[in-house]
Amino acid sequence: MSELSAEGGHGAVPLKDVPTGQGVTPPEPEWPLYEVFVRGKRGLNHVHVGSLHAADDRMALLHARDVYTRRNEGVSIWVVRADAITASSPDEKDPMFAPSGDKVYRHPTFYDISDNVPHM
Amino acid sequence: MTLTETPPDRELEAGFEATIARNDRIEPRDWMPEGYRRTLVRQIAQHAHSEIIGMQPEGSWITRAPSLRRKAILLAKVQDEAGHGLYLYSAAETLGVSRLELTELLIAGKQKYSSIFNYPTLSYADVGTIGWLVDGAAICNQVPLCRTSYGPYGRAMIRVCKEESFHQRQGYELLATMMRGTDEQRAMVQESVDRFWWPALMMFGPPDDASPNTAQSMAWGIKRHTNDELRQKFVDMSVPQAEALGVTLPDPELRWNEERGHHDFGQPDWEEFMEGVKGNGPCNAQRMAHRRRAHEDGAWVREAATAYARKQVSA
Repeated sequence: MSELSAEGGHGAVPLKDVPTGQGVTPPEPEWPLYEVFVRGKRGLNHVHVGSLHAADDRMALLHARDVYTRRNEGVSIWVVRADAITASSPDEKDPMFAPSGDKVYRHPTFYDISDNVPHM
Repeated sequence: MTLTETPPDRELEAGFEATIARNDRIEPRDWMPEGYRRTLVRQIAQHAHSEIIGMQPEGSWITRAPSLRRKAILLAKVQDEAGHGLYLYSAAETLGVSRLELTELLIAGKQKYSSIFNYPTLSYADVGTIGWLVDGAAICNQVPLCRTSYGPYGRAMIRVCKEESFHQRQGYELLATMMRGTDEQRAMVQESVDRFWWPALMMFGPPDDASPNTAQSMAWGIKRHTNDELRQKFVDMSVPQAEALGVTLPDPELRWNEERGHHDFGQPDWEEFMEGVKGNGPCNAQRMAHRRRAHEDGAWVREAATAYARKQVSA
């Protein structure tokens, strides 16, 4: 019984010889993936909370309500198809953000102001 | 140098190791070793399956709940389990697997779910015991997972843990209410605890010396505590709760060990556990048949929604 561990939530599951599902074509086409953003309350930005599958935009919105806001977690929901999002690649992290990395003069702490100057 | 030039694997691996060493999170589009990715897919998928199958034992009591209050609570609880499954499938998908594919692997019996859900729920007291002990054990497992090294998994676990607390409290309150009732009701609670105590201890998996794979998962920051550490924590938590409830935990070896500062306790029947894992538990076949039927019976709904969406686009 060497291949079991309580690694998931509700208890021990096998660790070995479990296929992880690459390359198997599902028997039916999958609904598109939507990313879900929720505004927690007025005054806050929408924040990414997860994703879901839905046949169309309206269903995505209703599913997002049921999955991500069962306890008053939000006052507004955005859903957007995942394939419509353009993202920077983590591999490009350094070159991508280099323009901001070497401009310390953009930060207020760059400037020496004498201690006797108030409110600054 | 162009933006798309890929550094050699060694450099990528060093970056990954450094992120883990800093106790920082790995995010979906980061480079990761194939073994790390596969371990996560397997763990998150089997965790998700457990949540989905976990709706069945309690779900069968929804139509027979003793009051409208209990029915509303149980409905909300079972709906949460579905939600937990969906958060987790969502996290698994960030690793490049499809949700439908994971469902197919579950239905084909290739991926597993926790054996705890292969035990039957014979009385309404079981709804309370599952909340108290089974969800209590799940909380022990899940709280450390909030700090797991893979970002989406940790974030899903934070949501799950918030809701799990409601699950445990509603269960304990249900049992406490029955304990204030008739002798018959008190006997129902004790009988239920007698049946679920050992399976709850099994939830943490075999003893550490029989779990060699735990070490790699801990090195990667996926798992944070060993099976035995979590089991001990669960026993220590449960003993005073059982006392307050007025039930006896069915273990003659259970006693406080002053020297260790922990309770000593007996070992569950690991043969029974292995039988359940192999598919020979009391309800394995029933749970799988039900899940398969739900998927197949729902096919026409999925097809209709797809057809409707297509029609809206072309209209």
